[in-house]
Amino acid sequence: MALRPFAAAAAFAVTFGFAASPALAATEIQWWHAMTGANNDVIVKLANDFNASQSDYKVIPTYKGNYPDTMNAGIAAFRAGNAPHIMQVFEVGTATMMAATGAVKPVYKLMAETGEKFDPKAYLPAITGYYSTSKGEMLSFPFNSSSTVMWVNLDELKKANVEIPKTWPEVFDAAKKLHANGHPTCGFSNSWVTWVNLEQLSAWHNVPLSTKANGLDGFDTVLEFNGPLQVKHLEKLVELQKDKTYDYAGRTNTGEGRFTSGECPLYLTSSAFFGNVKAQAKFNFTAVPMPYYPDVKGAPQNSIIGGASLWVMGGKSAEEYKGVAKFLAFLSDTDRQVYIHKASGYLPITKAAYEKAKAEGFYKDQPYLETPLLELTNKEPTENSRGLRLGNMVQLRDVWSEEIEQALAGKKTAKQALDAAVERGNQMLRQFEKTAVK
Amino acid sequence: MQKQAIFQSKLLPYALVAPQLAIVLIFFYWPAAQAVIQSFLLQDAFGLSTSFVWVDNYLDLFREPAYFEAIVRTFFFSFAIAVSSLSLALLLAVMADKPLRGGTIYRTLLIWPYAVAPPVVGVLWIFMLHPSLGVLSRYLRAAGIDWNPLLDGNQAATLIILAAAWKQISYNFLFFLAGLQSIPRSVIEAAAIDGARPMRRFWTVTFPLLSPTIFFLLVVNIVYAFFDTFGIIDTMTRGGPGKSTETLVYKVYTDGLLGGNLGGSAAQSVILMGIVIVLTGIQFRFVERKVTY
Repeated sequence: MALRPFAAAAAFAVTFGFAASPALAATEIQWWHAMTGANNDVIVKLANDFNASQSDYKVIPTYKGNYPDTMNAGIAAFRAGNAPHIMQVFEVGTATMMAATGAVKPVYKLMAETGEKFDPKAYLPAITGYYSTSKGEMLSFPFNSSSTVMWVNLDELKKANVEIPKTWPEVFDAAKKLHANGHPTCGFSNSWVTWVNLEQLSAWHNVPLSTKANGLDGFDTVLEFNGPLQVKHLEKLVELQKDKTYDYAGRTNTGEGRFTSGECPLYLTSSAFFGNVKAQAKFNFTAVPMPYYPDVKGAPQNSIIGGASLWVMGGKSAEEYKGVAKFLAFLSDTDRQVYIHKASGYLPITKAAYEKAKAEGFYKDQPYLETPLLELTNKEPTENSRGLRLGNMVQLRDVWSEEIEQALAGKKTAKQALDAAVERGNQMLRQFEKTAVK
Repeated sequence: MQKQAIFQSKLLPYALVAPQLAIVLIFFYWPAAQAVIQSFLLQDAFGLSTSFVWVDNYLDLFREPAYFEAIVRTFFFSFAIAVSSLSLALLLAVMADKPLRGGTIYRTLLIWPYAVAPPVVGVLWIFMLHPSLGVLSRYLRAAGIDWNPLLDGNQAATLIILAAAWKQISYNFLFFLAGLQSIPRSVIEAAAIDGARPMRRFWTVTFPLLSPTIFFLLVVNIVYAFFDTFGIIDTMTRGGPGKSTETLVYKVYTDGLLGGNLGGSAAQSVILMGIVIVLTGIQFRFVERKVTY
C-alpha cells in the first residue's frame, strides 16, 4: 500500500515530533471488511462520517474479499505482525477468533480500559449473546446481523390458491400444491443448507446442536444434532427431493436467484437477501418467520443470528485503542444504527434503534424487515438458542453439507448421514481443541 | 554435432545462472522447506501456540479414509483430463494442419480458451450447466436426463473433467500444431507414394515423429490436472457434492485455509510434492525410452 501524500506527511510529522496541526496528527485505524455493493457504500459512509466528526483519528476501510478471504487475510497479517485494528469476521469465525487469546482484544476490555461510554444492556441480547462469553462479556462488536426467514412469492401462492404456511407440515403441503401447479422443478428450497436445516432448526425448536450450550461454554463441546427432530426433518427433505417438491440449491447462497426468478415460490435464506429481492423480484413478496414442527413442545423458540461482527486485534498502542473505542461508540449511536438498518437491511443492534425504527413506522409498509427481529426476540434465549461457538465452523459446515448431500442423493439414509456428520465433526472439534490456546 | 560454449572465466557461468537460481530458491525451495517444517508442527491459525509433534500430522492423514479416496480420485481425474484433452487436441491439430481456407482463423479460435483463467472457466461452464441457471441443462432435461450435478457426484466429476480438459485443449493444440508443422513433408509424401492411406500414414509416420511432443504434453497435463484445476473446482463445485470432486490440491486448501489445520495441510502438500516428483521421475525414466527425438 503506497502512502498517500497526506498520510506520509502525517507519518513524517509524528515521527519527528513536529508540532503539527491536529488534522495532520490523526491516528490511523485500519478496518478490513468483506462488504460489497450497497453495503460497501454504507461502510465508506460510516468511516467518512466518523472522520469528519473529529480530527484525532482516521478510520480507513479496506475491502479484503469475501468472508473467509477477509478472515484469512487478517490471520496472515497477524502472523506477519501487521494486523488491522478492526476486522470484520463472519459469525462462524467467532470460535476461531475467540480461541486466539492475545491475537484479539475483547471489546468489553477495550471499552473498560479506554473509559469510553459503553452499556452492554443497551444492545439486543439476542444479537450480542452470540458474541459474548457465558458471563455476558462482549468479545466482539456486532456489526451486520441477519437471521433466517422464509421468503414467499405471494403471486404464485395466490395462483395456486395456497395460504402462507406457518408450520413445516403446512410447508410440505403447500410445496406439493405449488409443485403440481406450475413449479415442477422446485416447490420450496433454501440456501446455506446447514444453517437452515441444522443450526437454525435446532435453535428454533430448542433442541441442542452440541453440548455445552452449543459450544458457548467450552471448546470440549460434542455435537448431537443427530436427534429425532433433525433426522425426521432431513428424511422429509430426502423424500421430497425425489420429485423435486424440494430441490437442493447448494451449500452457500448461489441458488438464491431461483427465488427472484420465480422458480422456487418458497425459499428459506438470510433476511439480508432483502436488497437483492427488492432489486430483482418482479412479483409481490414477503418474508415470514421460519416454519416449525407444532408437535415439538415450546416451538418456536427463538432464532440465532447470521452475519458478522467486528473484532479488535491485539497488540496495538493505547492511543490507537482509544480511537477504536471511540469508533465503536460512534457506531452504537441510535440514529446511526437506524441508518445502517435502513440502508443495508441488516438488523439494528441496539434496543433504542429498534424502537426508533418502529416509532417511525418503518415496518408498516415493509413488515418483512421486522421478521428477523421478531424471530430473534420471540422468547428469552436458552442454552440451545443463544448462539453457536464451534471451532473450524467453515469446514464443519462443509463436512455437514457433504453428508446431507449424500442423503439427498440417496446414497445414505438421513440417520446414517447425520450420524456420520456428527462423528466427522467431532473429530474436527477435538483437533481444534488441541490447537486452541488454553 | 554438439554445440558447446567455452567460458574463459570460472565465475561467468554462475553469474549467468544466478537470476534463475535466485528465483527458484525464493519461489520454490524456500516455501517448500517451510511446508516441510510446518508439517511437523501443530499450530493454531494465528501462530500463537506451536508444538512439535513429529510425524503425527502424517499419521493422522493415513488414518483418514477420505485422504486415500482423494488420492485415487486425483489420479482418476488427472488421467481423464490428460487423455481427453490430449486426444481431442491432437484430432483438432491434425485437422487444422490441413491446407484449409481460413485456417488461421480456426487456429486462432482454438487457441483462445487458453487465455481464460481457471476460475472464469468454472463460471462459464456453470452458466451452461448449472441445474437451474444452465442454458444446456434445459436441453439435457428435455432429453430425459436428470441433470443435477449439485447432488449427483458422477455428473459433478464429469463437469470438472469437461471444463478442465476444455481449457487445456488450446495449449496442447498449439504444441501439436507446431509439432506437426515441423514434420518434413517429404516423409509423408514418400509414404503416400508408397500407397499408405491417410490413417496408416498418421499412425506409422506422423505419430512416432510427434512422440517427443506427446511426451512433453503428458507431463505438463498431469501436473496441470494435479494443481491448476483448483480454480475450476473452487468456482464450480467446491469439492462437492459429498466429496466427489475433492482432489488432493483442493483438500490442502480446505484443510489449511478453511479448517485452520496448518500442520495437516502442510503434510498433505509435502506428500503431494512427493507424488509429483515421483510421477515426473517415472515418466522421464520409463516413458522417455519410448520417445524418439
